[in-house]
Amino acid sequence: MSDLFAARSQMAISLGFHIIFAIVGIAMPLLMVVSERRWQTTKDPLYLELSKLWAKGTAVMFAVGAVSGTILSFELGLLWPGFMEFAGPIIGMPFSLEGFAFFLEAIFLGIFLYGRDRISPRAHLAAGVMVAVSGALSGIFVVMANAWMNAPTGFTLVDGKVVDIDPIAAALNPAAFSQTLHMTLAAYASTGMAVAGIHALMLLRQPSNAFHRRALTVALWVGIPAALLQPISGDISAKFIAKHQPAKFAAMEAHFETERGASLILGGIPDAATGETHYAIRIPKLLSFMAHGDFDAEVRGLDRIPRDEWPNVPVVHTSFGIMVALGSFMALVALVALVEVLRRRDLPSNRLLMKGLVATIPMGFIATEAGWMVTEVGRQPWVIQGVMRTADAVTPMPGLVYPMVFFTGLYVLLAIAVTWLLYRQIRKSPEVSEWRRTYTPARRPPQVQQHRA
Amino acid sequence: MPDALLPYILATVIVIALNAYVLFAGADFGGGVWDLFASGSRRKDQRELVAGVLGPIWEANHVWLILIVVILFTCFPPVFVRMSVALHIPLTLMLVGIVLRGSAFTFRTYDSQADDVQARWGAIFAVASLVTPMVQGMSAGAVIAGDLPLRPEGTFRSAYVDPWLGPFPIAVGLMTTLLFAYIAAAYLTVEAEATALQEDFRRRALIAGVLLFPVSAYVLFLSREEAPNIWTGLLASGFAVPVQAAAAICAVSALLGLLTRRFVLARFAVAGQASVMVWGWAIAQFPYAMPPDLALATSAAPAITLRLIVYALGAGAIVLFPSLWYLFRVFRGGRPAH
Repeated sequence: MSDLFAARSQMAISLGFHIIFAIVGIAMPLLMVVSERRWQTTKDPLYLELSKLWAKGTAVMFAVGAVSGTILSFELGLLWPGFMEFAGPIIGMPFSLEGFAFFLEAIFLGIFLYGRDRISPRAHLAAGVMVAVSGALSGIFVVMANAWMNAPTGFTLVDGKVVDIDPIAAALNPAAFSQTLHMTLAAYASTGMAVAGIHALMLLRQPSNAFHRRALTVALWVGIPAALLQPISGDISAKFIAKHQPAKFAAMEAHFETERGASLILGGIPDAATGETHYAIRIPKLLSFMAHGDFDAEVRGLDRIPRDEWPNVPVVHTSFGIMVALGSFMALVALVALVEVLRRRDLPSNRLLMKGLVATIPMGFIATEAGWMVTEVGRQPWVIQGVMRTADAVTPMPGLVYPMVFFTGLYVLLAIAVTWLLYRQIRKSPEVSEWRRTYTPARRPPQVQQHRA
Repeated sequence: MPDALLPYILATVIVIALNAYVLFAGADFGGGVWDLFASGSRRKDQRELVAGVLGPIWEANHVWLILIVVILFTCFPPVFVRMSVALHIPLTLMLVGIVLRGSAFTFRTYDSQADDVQARWGAIFAVASLVTPMVQGMSAGAVIAGDLPLRPEGTFRSAYVDPWLGPFPIAVGLMTTLLFAYIAAAYLTVEAEATALQEDFRRRALIAGVLLFPVSAYVLFLSREEAPNIWTGLLASGFAVPVQAAAAICAVSALLGLLTRRFVLARFAVAGQASVMVWGWAIAQFPYAMPPDLALATSAAPAITLRLIVYALGAGAIVLFPSLWYLFRVFRGGRPAH
């Protein structure tokens, strides 16, 4: 394994690991704070239990997200010193703003988790809101910096030297809007639908469990809008990429030859050597329409890109297909759930919908990983699109395969530990049947029992 | 504010952040060290005190490090890059320590309360708390010594190992670990409610504080050969007398405070001693961001970047400091009655 490939693998694994914790760390506080608010307004103790359960989940995910994010901030230099020396002054500002957002998130999460008995309910709720807002902001700032790598602006190159730096123009680069929107929605859609799915799984076993019913409702409040908006945001992103990163777009769509009225290629295995895609479904003219809003528009293919500037077409096309397929399924389930809600149906009685929700548990996370594969692998061989090649950014240190293997092992162990811990937390959730609430006098809320695993 | 001043303002901010990191995150690592060395009949109480104090604040305290890194790579990219290349191995070890310390601490809090599970996470937390300051100190020692090559040359060992694996960096690592443990023990004397527990940490603080003297002296002695700018800065420059005087006053008051059980005084004096060490390093190294050749002014990013970061830091500080004040106020003193 070459040092460059080892460095790329280590970065990919670190990002791939961190991203899961980052998106749960962004969306989970929203769930937590919504149920906290419900508890304060309804005084239904199940919402309190729910808020506490989700706060524990947030605590675990945030802690691992914070430390794995620290790895990334150092890895920028440990693996890509050439990139950082060039990009630091241009794109450092969103990173420093992210530092503050992260600071606030950590401070108010500490207050929310440990301060319930020390501050007023109002202050406690406000702390939760701060966690949710600063979590979303820190994600947005980091993605702005990543967007700059796709659409580098805010500087001029004169004989290989950077002049006329404009950090604000760099932060507000053309890719920033579509990417931050897509990523933020991904966080809420993935987490909201996954949490809804977990409680749907419990409701399949105990359809009358009031705790899981409330959890399902709150999770869907977050999951449904995000999952429904995500395809629209994806379309904005795709149109942007078609315009600004033709090589990435062509690889996503396995579009080898420039043509008018280009077909949309679904699935299949692209062969970069022959420029053909086998076993694919083709829908005539749709790609032209999706990219440029005109069925006869010309779509640039990989043939217009020098061969040494092609990304890995099979990887990008397959990742893109996985992301779109999973995202579409999630949007479909969200739509069905929304229709059921609007028809005032009892959601847990719809077992097919519950099963659909269970199926979405891993989908948002897999789609997010696949989306990052598209973004990052699709930009190769560039680390900064059209400006700096990844090979020129890597550290001179040899033997990079060793840290790569080591970190991979560390991440695997952490993933096992976190999974086990969250499983234990969910198993401990209370068993309260809805009928008990019905037959319990209104002033005496249902007893919360702890089911010990 | 004139452009020429900007690198110095940002360097000052970095030193302030480093000072905060040492005083707060350093204490958290030190707390982990005392978890490792918990002993006697009150072993469990000692560990619970550490965990109770760390719980709400360690993540916020950790963010100072992120802030330092971010300012460094934005405002002084050549410094960040040279450090990242030459110190790849110790910085990687530090990251592993940070990850294991934080994760294990959180897992211990939320995993089963069974003794064996708690002991397993506790052991990882404690060992990582010891290793992390050690490699942080070694990395700092390598920077202070000015041994980081401009371009890695020669063998793997000479380029990537020798700069940080020598007597001087190891001594600085040891000093850092002892300092963090000292800070933690001194803070814990104030946090402990039971007298017996207070006495446990008083004894620990005294041990760490007394051991810190010979180790610091050894670092200073080695610096004459290994880090001459530190040696002259601390002993022969115009700052030498005030820095030495401040260090002496803090060190003596800290030990006296501990001996006479004036714990609040001891806590502030220890924090003062640690701060003098951080600022002493910074002043002695001035005007270099990284000796022997990277001066603050010449290694800084373009003025427009520096200016915007100063504004961002100013705006951030307006939100950050009240929030931090609130965090520490909420969790000051004992736990509430349930």
